[in-house]
Amino acid sequence: MRVELTEVHWLDRHYELSLPELAELSGLSEAELRELVDCGAMVPVDPSATPWTFRADSIATARTACRLRADFELDAPGLALVLGLLDRIHDLEAQLRDLNAQLPRRSR
Amino acid sequence: MKYKDYYKIMGVEKNASAEDIKKAYRKLARKYHPDVSKEAGAEEKFKDVAEAYQTLKDPEKRAAYDQLGSYRPGEEIRPPPDWQKQYGDGASGFSFDDLDLSDLFAGLQGGFRRAERERGKVPIPGQDYEVSVHLALEEAYRGTEVNLELAVPEYDANGFVHRVPRKFTARIPKGATDGQRLRVPGKGGKGINGGRDGDLYFNIVLHPHPLYRVSGHDVYLDLPLAPWEAVLGTSVEVPTPGGRVRLKVPPGTHAGQKLRLPKRGLPKPRDAQGDLYAIVQIVVPTVLSERERALYKELADNSTFNPRGHFEQEVKNAS
Repeated sequence: MRVELTEVHWLDRHYELSLPELAELSGLSEAELRELVDCGAMVPVDPSATPWTFRADSIATARTACRLRADFELDAPGLALVLGLLDRIHDLEAQLRDLNAQLPRRSR
Repeated sequence: MKYKDYYKIMGVEKNASAEDIKKAYRKLARKYHPDVSKEAGAEEKFKDVAEAYQTLKDPEKRAAYDQLGSYRPGEEIRPPPDWQKQYGDGASGFSFDDLDLSDLFAGLQGGFRRAERERGKVPIPGQDYEVSVHLALEEAYRGTEVNLELAVPEYDANGFVHRVPRKFTARIPKGATDGQRLRVPGKGGKGINGGRDGDLYFNIVLHPHPLYRVSGHDVYLDLPLAPWEAVLGTSVEVPTPGGRVRLKVPPGTHAGQKLRLPKRGLPKPRDAQGDLYAIVQIVVPTVLSERERALYKELADNSTFNPRGHFEQEVKNAS
């Protein structure tokens, strides 16, 4: 059986999701997502707007949060802390990759 | 059905207390959880640990597991008839052959029948999958198709989960880069009782390239120049992911300088494109002809250029 996949969504800043959509896709409840927003671990596109919308790349964060909650029994503040640290590691790795890319590979 | 030694996977004795099992799990999760671990093979190890813990943390499942008996890991097993009678709750006579041990225990909640009854009412969403898709830089540049084989869980008439192999051809549009995530809606496990179908998530990983280094959608390339090319300026042909282009090197170019070729990096979604940076390296010949040596000598004798002039100045300023 061969299935052709045609519909692929970019998970990036250009595509936005509602809170219920994000809840359905991540496995977290809307209440848990709200808590994560309160803790600063998730940031809506415009926190003052109602209803909230989220950038599509928030799915990755929310899914990570869902896994961490299930596998480490973390509460929202704990999740916010871990997600914040993971975010920092991710940024540092990106910076490191960027710097490495700029270094000559070998000096002849 | 292949046997797995859950106690061995958790690194605990068969008579370990619930507390010991929990402790062992926390330690292993901290070490191998794919979201926090950088160890090689962490994801596979954590999957085993999580599967073992799911069964051993539940007293009923643990008892059922213990009563299966002891086998070598990987050994083909069939639950004995009295086991099927006790835990199968009448669901006799079906095949255990393509059943996964983890799926057997996942379905075991107060007897299979209860699980079956509950399944009749509650919508259960299908499972999501995350798959790492490894691409060559050229494939990411052009867009490509990848063939995937997944074992997707589906329910049989008895309400048991079976892993059904599914083959996909997935089209990766151009614009992907390292670390990019893509979502393929509805192509994960099937939902039941009206639950939504699971999704497939792609995590793009770019292979290292012998010439190019990638950062985001920008591409970096070492550009070796001879000393006279850097001094006098030149025009050179450089490879880019989209084909060769001519690059003007201005006179007085120094080592480490980045020459930018706009929109010659990797394509981004929505028709944008990253840049290519040629990083100048000054390369000197190690073998010289008599004539070359003479020319360098002449240059050395006549040049007033002092590359270390700033040493003096800085020392003076500091004192």
